[in-house]
Amino acid sequence: MDFLTNLINGISLGSIYAIIALGYTMVYGIAKMLNFAHGDVIMVGAYICFCAMGYLGLSPILAVLLSIVGCTVLGIVIERLAYKPLRNAPSLDVLITAIGVSYFLENAALLIWKSDPKSFTSVVDLPSLSLFDGQLVISGVTMVTVLACVVIMIALTTFTTKSKQGKAMRACSEDQGAARLMGINVDSTISLTFAIGSGLAAIAGVLLCSAYPTLTPTTGLMPGIKAFVAAVLGGIGSIPGAVLGGVLLGIIEIFAKAYIGTQMSDAVVFAVLIIALLIKPSGLLGKQIKEKV
Amino acid sequence: MSRVSEALKPNTKMVPLPSDYIVPERDVNEIPVLECRHLGIDFGGLHAVEDFNLTVGKTEIAGLIGPNGAGKTTVFNLLTKVYAPTRGTIMLDGQDTAGMSISRASQAGIARTFQNIRLFSSLSVEDNVRIGLHNQVHCGMMPGIFRTPRYWKSEREFHEKSLELLDVFDMSSYAGITAGSLPYGAQRRLEIVRALATNPKLLLLDEPAAGMNPSETADLMQNILKIRDQFKISVMLIEHDMDLVMGICEGIAVLNYGKIIAKGTPEQIQENPQVIEAYLGKSREA
Amino acid sequence: MTMFKSMSKSARSTFTTYAMVVVAYVIVQILANGGMITNSLTGQLVPICAYICLAVSLNLVVGISGELSLGHAGFMSVGAFAGVVAAACFSSSVPNDALRLILSIAVGGGCAAIAGFVVGIPVMRLHGDYLAIVTLAFGEIIKNIMNNLYVGLDSAGLHFSMTDANSLGMSGGTILINGPQGAVGIEKLSTFFAGFILVIFCLFVVLNLIHSRSGRAIMAVRDNRIAAESVGINVTKYRLMAFVISAALAGMAGALYAMNYSSIVPKKFDFNTSILILVFVVLGGMGNIRGSVISATILTILPEMLRAISDYRMLIYAIVLILVMLVSNNPTLKGAWANLRSRLRGRRGRPKVAAAEAAGDAPEGGDSDE
Repeated sequence: MDFLTNLINGISLGSIYAIIALGYTMVYGIAKMLNFAHGDVIMVGAYICFCAMGYLGLSPILAVLLSIVGCTVLGIVIERLAYKPLRNAPSLDVLITAIGVSYFLENAALLIWKSDPKSFTSVVDLPSLSLFDGQLVISGVTMVTVLACVVIMIALTTFTTKSKQGKAMRACSEDQGAARLMGINVDSTISLTFAIGSGLAAIAGVLLCSAYPTLTPTTGLMPGIKAFVAAVLGGIGSIPGAVLGGVLLGIIEIFAKAYIGTQMSDAVVFAVLIIALLIKPSGLLGKQIKEKV
Repeated sequence: MSRVSEALKPNTKMVPLPSDYIVPERDVNEIPVLECRHLGIDFGGLHAVEDFNLTVGKTEIAGLIGPNGAGKTTVFNLLTKVYAPTRGTIMLDGQDTAGMSISRASQAGIARTFQNIRLFSSLSVEDNVRIGLHNQVHCGMMPGIFRTPRYWKSEREFHEKSLELLDVFDMSSYAGITAGSLPYGAQRRLEIVRALATNPKLLLLDEPAAGMNPSETADLMQNILKIRDQFKISVMLIEHDMDLVMGICEGIAVLNYGKIIAKGTPEQIQENPQVIEAYLGKSREA
Repeated sequence: MTMFKSMSKSARSTFTTYAMVVVAYVIVQILANGGMITNSLTGQLVPICAYICLAVSLNLVVGISGELSLGHAGFMSVGAFAGVVAAACFSSSVPNDALRLILSIAVGGGCAAIAGFVVGIPVMRLHGDYLAIVTLAFGEIIKNIMNNLYVGLDSAGLHFSMTDANSLGMSGGTILINGPQGAVGIEKLSTFFAGFILVIFCLFVVLNLIHSRSGRAIMAVRDNRIAAESVGINVTKYRLMAFVISAALAGMAGALYAMNYSSIVPKKFDFNTSILILVFVVLGGMGNIRGSVISATILTILPEMLRAISDYRMLIYAIVLILVMLVSNNPTLKGAWANLRSRLRGRRGRPKVAAAEAAGDAPEGGDSDE
């Protein structure tokens, strides 16, 4: 039963990573930039939800919605102010700017909410599911998280393959110049991608803090990095890849914690990434792009 | 020929000699610099190059022509080991290049220029040539860092040799300029100088006259002949400018859909009906 | 001055870099002797030297070799702890402090070089963002290993363990590295002078390398990998060379850094530290060694200067970072700057070709806006 419990915990954690990784992957696919501030948007999302429930007394559903709206707006603002002027800049300059944005969000949060950890109240008020005479307990948060992950993946896949904006997104990620010539508004498409990515970050932040209820200004940092690892593991730019990478990473992390030790679990996670990339240099589901000579 | 007597040894597999063995008369007693036998590569299901047989003499100027997308650059990529062939062999100056890396092939004596210029554009013109001389002048990492006498000697050698090579194209006055800021024609010439610096036996030029006006092209033709005579090497070029190809190439191969459709002297190629068809399409009367 | 003018452009630029560092050192020494430097800044002198070395060494990978590395702090960490252990081991056999410091820094650099080689072999199979993420992963793995490393020294020699301090099996002696608590009771061997020498050494190695056959091969791979291969350069060898030298220098800097404190924890060398060094390099200008020296110095002092408004200092730091990037990439300002430069040049009566020539000075004399 330990095995099953670990597996379920792993899938639950992995689903959170997957939701964050989806945001990473979409932004990378279209803007070809590593948005290091993504992890901090998660943290902001969780704080908004925390304040909406604690100070405004909103219901969990409303608080989550408010948090999604807040992060979406934040994502668009960041893109417009910090990233858009750098559209033609060297990629490292964009990376440093993203790091600057990340520092900014972290320290702004530190000023507003102080460094003491906030105890987050779960937004999920569902009873746990008890199986095998109570030997296997699946919490409400776990069920909601996994469900949310699946729904988001299906919705995103449908969106990018079926809808007009989704197709525009894919066109932009293939070739921005050509997309522009076809009459696609590249700027608004990129804004839309950031909006979706940040909205997903809000959901991930709320779910993360519902499962692990301590909230500090650096809460988003490590999940952000790991989700990035998950996105690369699955093949950055690929939606199913991000989900696969996220879930795998979550499972590996929980099992490493259980069987190898808490201290070394992160090392195991990163080692798996390295090995996977050495075998498949563009990730599990990524496209291999060969340079034309 | 010695090749035939070797093939007649007992237990050796008998292969028919390729009938298309043509080289300039002066090179007939030398080992050909390049021999491709049944060379082929597939991309997915597509036979990008198929059954490519070609022999290039020791000091021959050879031309590879054909319509766009015929697979000419792919052949260059096969010869320089950018791609590993799916089938067939490449003999470079009598040495099988199977399994070689790109840099090994360069050391074995093949050098090239690129269709879309690939210079070390942030470095100076002289540094570009010095990098071409990488395997001609030696100085390890430690002597380089600690500036031993060996370092100073090698730097002097680098400097002298690179200016000597730049002089071939009257470019030594550009030595200190950033390669990326050179005018287009000079960038093309610098690429040739850099390739020559590797001390090749066979120099591959991928569309050397692209974007040049007629007088520049005429200069280029003179320069290609000069290189061949001065360095005693063979030159193989891909080119769409027929004046250049017919003017200086001794042997020409025509590629279409990855296959050689004709081979011969410029005169033979110009009269070949298959070549005319490949370039202009079937005539209505036929 | 006539001698200065007769030097080649690259030699002149190299000379300026060394001169700048020496002059800065002399000025700071004079100010310190006159008691004109605050205590908090005096405490920062050795770290500034260490960060300069780290920035210069990372620039070798990021600017000269053209690979984004996000795990530089890992090599700093290896060097720091190896240096601390070495210093403890040599404490009886090498009584001279300066010699012991040199030996410890050399051991730190050597261990980091080995780590760099081990990490570099798999890393060099990858390119671009994938390479970057793997260096990040290795940085985190090194941090994790250091967090679980226990090293003790007794009469029987060194003891290592990856579980806890008890399993070291020590008879007396001292615990040098105690897992997450890191190294404690470090002998403070580092001095500002030692830091200055190490900075000069790093500059010497990196600048000389750039102007040698190996350095040109490294830059050739950066500018155009396929072309470099096609002229017979062993791409993997030279990428790995840059990576390992960079790791070794980072290790030396780490050893210097660690021996400036009485205790040091593995958590100090995390992802944020790697990013901090990367920020020095990018703000100083990719491939611009002198720029790295200047930006590492300013950006280490800046947060100290902002201490008065301590709550807001990191916020201001973040805003400065974003603004510098936005301003330096603004096309209007860029054009104005290029105009100004060419005018200044024109007044000095240099020939037109020099403008093109100066643009190619990027490896050490170029400007970050190019």
